[in-house]
Amino acid sequence: MFNVIMIMTAGILVGVLIRKRQRILKPLDLSINLVIYFLLFFLGVAVGTNEAIVANMGTYGVKALLLTVGGVAGSVAVAFFTYKMFFKKDDHN
Amino acid sequence: MKNSLLIIVFFIIGVIAGFFSLLPEAVLENDLSIYVLYILMFLVGIGIGANRSALDVIRRARVKIFLVPLTVIAGTFIGVIIISFFISEISVRDSLAVGSGFGYYSLSSILIGQIKSEALGVIALISNIIREIITLLLTPVFAHYFGKLSPIAAGGATSMDVTLPVITRYVGSEYAIISVFSGIVLTILVPFLVTFILTV
Repeated sequence: MFNVIMIMTAGILVGVLIRKRQRILKPLDLSINLVIYFLLFFLGVAVGTNEAIVANMGTYGVKALLLTVGGVAGSVAVAFFTYKMFFKKDDHN
Repeated sequence: MKNSLLIIVFFIIGVIAGFFSLLPEAVLENDLSIYVLYILMFLVGIGIGANRSALDVIRRARVKIFLVPLTVIAGTFIGVIIISFFISEISVRDSLAVGSGFGYYSLSSILIGQIKSEALGVIALISNIIREIITLLLTPVFAHYFGKLSPIAAGGATSMDVTLPVITRYVGSEYAIISVFSGIVLTILVPFLVTFILTV
């Protein structure tokens, strides 16, 4: 975990340094997408080799869906109030 | 949207490859995902550091822009806590950890898998992917009925990149800047929150 934070920080520093070269952004975006595909593949492999998890995929899926619905609903609800109270009055349309 | 589906496809292919042992032993035995994650985090960091609009926002913005990521955290936590009461096998703590992914499935799933259990990691993966997809699909609905901040809140950490285009389309470019800011703040907070929730 600590590694992850250090690495991300290092990345941020590099990003700040190469700020002038905005041309890097498109290949960067593509690289990130590629790496994500690889990552999900290897995550899949890790899951696939774990029989206990494969057997329970259905239950995991349902729980995940429920948690997501809760999290998103809560976010949307609180955002509704935050918008009304603090942001709406400044809107020009 | 196509992108999200493609991501799921790669995951499924990986699961099949793992389940039927279609890869060399070395790959199957060792979990390579953590190294790929390191590469990803570095690249994501570069993207954040090089992003000019975020810094401009902080300079120009009113303090109230910080309310947005706070809104996402508060709303997600409340929602997830309520749900956890209906799912007996998952504790409040675990639910909060999953919710703290805010859509950032790659990082949160691996961290949770390492700190807590692979099972919870998989739940986190699926949950946060669904969060991204729900945002992509329902942004027009959210924006129309719940105000311009709601799709940004739904997107969570993804509002800085993946869901930004669809969000901008329905809330306008003024709010797009808020979307990027909120997404970046949450992206940075994910590792801290997840770890804190699971280890304290």
